[in-house]
Amino acid sequence: MKAYLILEDGTRFAGESIGAKKDVISEIVFNTSMTGYPEILTDPSYAGQAVCLTYPLIGNYGICREDLQSSRPWPDALIVRECSRMASNFRSDITLQDYLEQYEIPGIAGIDTRALTKVLREKGTMNGMITTRSGLSYEEIRSDLEAYRTGDVVQKVSCRESYDVKTDQIQSREGEGLKVALLDVGMKKDIALSLAGRGLSVKVYPAWTKAEEILKEDPDGIMISNGPGDPKECGEIIGEIAKLSRAGIPIFAICLGHQLMALAHGGDTHRLKYGHRGGNHPVKDRESGRVYITSQNHGYVVDEASLPESVASAAFTNVNDGTNEGLSYQGKKIFTVQFHPEASPGPQDTSFLFDRFIKAMKG
Amino acid sequence: MPRNKEIKKVLVIGSGPIVIGQAAEFDYAGTQACRSLREEGVEVVLINSNPATIMTDGDIADKVYIEPLTVPVLKSLIEKEKPDSILPTLGGQAGLNLGMELAESGFLEEKGVKLIGTTAETIRKAEDRLEFKKTMEKIAEPCAPSMIVENLEDGIAFAKQIGYPVVLRPAYTLGGSGGGIAANEGELREILANGLRLSRVGQVLVERSIAGWKEIEYEVMRDGAGNVITVCNMENIDPVGVHTGDSIVVAPSQTLGDKEYQMLRSAALNIIDELKITGGCNVQFALHPESLEYCVIEVNPRVSRSSALASKATGYPIAKVAAKIALGYNLDEIKNAVTGETYASFEPALDYCVVKLPRLPFDKFITAKRTLTTQMKATGEVMSICGCFEGALMKAIRSLEQHVQSLAVNDFSHLTRRELIRRLDVVDDQRIYVIAEAIRKGIERETIHDMTQIDRWFIDKIAVLVEMEQRLRNEELTPELLREAKRMEFPDETIAELSGKEKEEIRRMRSAEGIFASFKMVDTCAAEFKAVTPYFYSVYGGEDESGELPGTGKEKKVLVLGSGPIRIGQGIEFDYCSVHAAWAFEKAGYETVIVNNNPETVSTDFDIADKLYFEPLTEEDVENIVRIEKPDGAVVQFGGQTAIKLTEALMRMGVPILGTSAENVDKAEDRELFDEVLSETGIRRPAGHTVFTEEEAIKAAKDLGYPVLVRPSYVLGGQGMRIAFHDGELREFIGIINRVAQDHPILVDKYMMGKELEVDAVSDGKDILIPGIMEHIERAGIHSGDSISVYPARTISERVKELVTDYTKRLAMALKVKGMINIQYIAMDEEVYCIEVNPRSSRTVPYISKVTGIPIVELAARAIMGESIRGMGYEPGLAKPAEYYAIKMPVFSFEKIYGAETSLGPEMKSTGECLGISRDYNEALYKAFAGAGFRLPKYRQVILTVKDSDKAEIIGIGKRFEALGYRIYATRSTAKVLQENGVNALKVNKIHQESPNVLDLILGHKIDLVVDTPTQGFQKNRDGFLIRRISIETGVYCLTALDTVNALLDTMEHENPDGSLELYDIARVGKE
Repeated sequence: MKAYLILEDGTRFAGESIGAKKDVISEIVFNTSMTGYPEILTDPSYAGQAVCLTYPLIGNYGICREDLQSSRPWPDALIVRECSRMASNFRSDITLQDYLEQYEIPGIAGIDTRALTKVLREKGTMNGMITTRSGLSYEEIRSDLEAYRTGDVVQKVSCRESYDVKTDQIQSREGEGLKVALLDVGMKKDIALSLAGRGLSVKVYPAWTKAEEILKEDPDGIMISNGPGDPKECGEIIGEIAKLSRAGIPIFAICLGHQLMALAHGGDTHRLKYGHRGGNHPVKDRESGRVYITSQNHGYVVDEASLPESVASAAFTNVNDGTNEGLSYQGKKIFTVQFHPEASPGPQDTSFLFDRFIKAMKG
Repeated sequence: MPRNKEIKKVLVIGSGPIVIGQAAEFDYAGTQACRSLREEGVEVVLINSNPATIMTDGDIADKVYIEPLTVPVLKSLIEKEKPDSILPTLGGQAGLNLGMELAESGFLEEKGVKLIGTTAETIRKAEDRLEFKKTMEKIAEPCAPSMIVENLEDGIAFAKQIGYPVVLRPAYTLGGSGGGIAANEGELREILANGLRLSRVGQVLVERSIAGWKEIEYEVMRDGAGNVITVCNMENIDPVGVHTGDSIVVAPSQTLGDKEYQMLRSAALNIIDELKITGGCNVQFALHPESLEYCVIEVNPRVSRSSALASKATGYPIAKVAAKIALGYNLDEIKNAVTGETYASFEPALDYCVVKLPRLPFDKFITAKRTLTTQMKATGEVMSICGCFEGALMKAIRSLEQHVQSLAVNDFSHLTRRELIRRLDVVDDQRIYVIAEAIRKGIERETIHDMTQIDRWFIDKIAVLVEMEQRLRNEELTPELLREAKRMEFPDETIAELSGKEKEEIRRMRSAEGIFASFKMVDTCAAEFKAVTPYFYSVYGGEDESGELPGTGKEKKVLVLGSGPIRIGQGIEFDYCSVHAAWAFEKAGYETVIVNNNPETVSTDFDIADKLYFEPLTEEDVENIVRIEKPDGAVVQFGGQTAIKLTEALMRMGVPILGTSAENVDKAEDRELFDEVLSETGIRRPAGHTVFTEEEAIKAAKDLGYPVLVRPSYVLGGQGMRIAFHDGELREFIGIINRVAQDHPILVDKYMMGKELEVDAVSDGKDILIPGIMEHIERAGIHSGDSISVYPARTISERVKELVTDYTKRLAMALKVKGMINIQYIAMDEEVYCIEVNPRSSRTVPYISKVTGIPIVELAARAIMGESIRGMGYEPGLAKPAEYYAIKMPVFSFEKIYGAETSLGPEMKSTGECLGISRDYNEALYKAFAGAGFRLPKYRQVILTVKDSDKAEIIGIGKRFEALGYRIYATRSTAKVLQENGVNALKVNKIHQESPNVLDLILGHKIDLVVDTPTQGFQKNRDGFLIRRISIETGVYCLTALDTVNALLDTMEHENPDGSLELYDIARVGKE
């Protein structure tokens, strides 16, 4: 069946429908990772967005459930050049098509994803509609396209109730005996597993949990997860994070968590033209000068200049565009990064940051 | 860290002659690195014995030494040039081994010279099997259970312990030379014995076989600060068991999930961190197809064939960055030349699929076993880029130029299901075609997977292509179907064939429907950043980006066609010519566009021309480019036969051919037209006839008198050329020729045993310039590419020189040559006969350019653009000879190709060449032999066995060996002749006779040289064949032409201690 992608600027692509056959309007973003579509699909940070994968051959190894980052796929739609008809991997549980259909995610294949990426790169992230209706004109949907907002998506993706994380994949025992509270503002599973796998006992809390409730449990450290949307939509959560940050407990935050922490300290964030989404972003450790290749997925970024040195100093910087990639808060054991040390998908080069977090908790 | 200012003068070691396992990729890497070093103000001294390379040009390095790559030569070069550093990681295994030997001997320390790039300790850790294993154990990276053995007994005992099959890998060898898989003790004995002998350190690794696992490679980089990145990963379609150089390789990996991809990526980075590599490195893994178990196969702490492939596949210039790292820079201090915005410290993101296919030499070695093993056999490779795997595979197949356009052509259709299933078990170069046929015959995918262990995803992709074939055969060709077929890169010709239509119809339909190829950019970042790389590949269905580059503002645009994959007969020389042609046109203000598909070469580096199209060199593919680029002209005379073949097609497209016209090219290649030219110019050639059938050939031979030379017209490197001594042989040869190419005429010539001469000349249409006359040491009958060639010619008279000069001028004028011409002559009894004219560049151009200091390609390009020889500052005619001799020595890779016939003849067999330069003829000859690896005497024992017609000549040779203190062994009749003439020769039994026979002697490892002149004819003399093969395989030199033997004796009769050779800076030539 034919499918079409119509962008906010009127650009139109024709391809084949994959997944669910339904129309959807969403914010169109692209990701340059060459592997990891199952993890991308289940990363809650994509809630409210439709993701275009720049690597053209997708679905080759199917979907392996143990790699998934949450209980379901979150993007509104998937845009690919080619969706493999065969899933070849011994770990594959289900094909990509079947998975999309199962969760009623629509998608489009067979379009020039590179051309789409260039439009987004040049004009910035924009909204678009994926439809199987061939007659639909740009004019008819233009106002709907323009009206679309991702909105307060954190509410949608966060867990409803707190729970303890269990894993049998223990890599080390260095965190044994320590307790971490993990605030789920759209968490990828591997953040929790990176901690639990180091022997920590991890309790995950819904995004709207009050600071008092968390502090009551007397955690040794607090982790704030990644998540979707504009950080400024998270007014109440920011207030609670501000409270947490005053408790004197070591805090480590990733991606949206990093942005929320900055906002909680009076900093500012802004939207990037087309974001950083992929597994090849170099970031430089400002202290050691070392460069690490990181996994990234964010459309907003912290304005480094909005936070005085006396509050926080830049710990990591993006080598490509110089944007902030991490902050270290003065006088506090608070350390946040914009990128994803938990990888999944992407390079595992910065997983040592979890060890650094444990060290902070110990001492 | 910023650049280390202490590094001021660097010695770069090249990789020497092209052999299987070490080819053009090191010219690419070396050239890029030299330019990168000089950019930083470093003085570069280069040594490489290979004159066909771009890196040995005077303008790539400050000082260039085309000298044998031996330790004594390097020592005296270091004494002479006093570099402060050596960069050994760019010259392949050869360069690395030399760097190591120099370091280990303490010489470098003594002279205060540092190894830069990667330290000796690191190299040792990566290369020495035991150290490597220890290192891997330390960081818990798994290796297959293995043991290093230094003798047969230990190997057998260990294999018993871990169970067969076992893999054998000799330490420090080229392209896995001498390695293999042994399924039982017999095979183990054979392979292990050979491997022990070939290893520099006498060590072979015996390892648990992981054949059938997925083979995955990572190209990684690390800087001095410990920053690490992955440039690219690659998946071999052929599972472990086939050398990666012979495998079909795809980039990036297709069947690995992120978990597997990252697991191996992290392991690769772990490894280079532990090894403390500074620069580029290749890590090969075997991944179990049904678990997350993996093991490290091997680490190459240097740039390699794979790194060249990764550079071209991603646009990330590994060698250039490695050179900067060697100077002290960190990755985040090196700009990404592709985007101009980002830095070298990132990982390329591909938004396309890359397929590499090996170019195997089985068309040249028809007796060789086609089986692919851990011993690399490919002479070259092609790469293709497309939006889908199907398209990339289809493009790669036709890039090979093996008369195969798709999976549908190679014919296994006569095989039954059962035969096909059995055939699937054979791992050879035809396996994908067999798989395609198996799918056609309805054999279950699971069966195919079980037999081949190839991942199901790839098998399915082949099935997609087969299904398209079937649709094209059975369905009506709708625009939608055509569009889909083109998306998979089915060429028009194939679509026409399958759908039963004319090619023209397909073209018309495409035109009507607007189905055209468009071009996408290789930008390292999947379009995330704006890039300005002028590097493109084609896709069907998608917007065209080739017009997006900012214009060059140049008025004229020229299309330069490259020469495709490296193969015997068309080597790196033609890449040299293509690159220089592009540079010459650029200098003259032209916009330059290069088309080529060989990832190993300099010409496919994206900064050589204004635009690079990485595409197959077929009519249709070139036409796609022409449609977009609309060049003002094309040059075809520099890209070998590959480019010449496209001449007519280009003219049909309305692209003017710059230089010699197609019509005149035809005149030189068409026998009858050429005969007219010869009679017009009054030049003689050996009498001959053009025939089509066996009967005509016999008649022609009768007329000419035997021996006669027979060959198909339009051939590369003398393919199919034979000397026939009687009717029987003639019939046999004609049969073989007709099996390969039926419609082309066959040439039958009188075979003249004179002195062979060769010239390359530049013609401006009025005058010619001959930089020099080359003379072959072997008499006519041995392909010029396989002959030792001496410049300046030293045994011919002034009269012959004058005749050659005069004839060359007459021929160039008659053929209205504009640009290059290459002519081969035979001189006999003070007369000169013309045997071949090629109105294009030739194999000898790079070498003659270098030793005469006359930039032939540049002059030819300028002549094409209208300049005159005089106007360019040269006196027409034969240039003054140099004050030294330059001797080109062919180099062979026979030991790599099991079962290949090694005797020399009219068909070319060498893979590369090296050069010896000296004021003294004997020293030049010595250097040439040394460069080719000859180190004699060792044991002072030689075996002579020659055919009857050589018996008279062998007496002199025997006497010379005797005078050198050699013990001479000879087979019965040769021994008899020698003894009768006072040479003390010991008679040995023939192979089939009782021991001790000639085989026992060779296997005793105490023989320096075997001289075996084969009886002519295709019913090959089995004894001789065996003797030659066994010599080659046990590392005994084997010569098959007496002229070569005499030349070798010349060098042995003169004392030439390596350490006291005069070293010649070739960069000075022409600059003084």
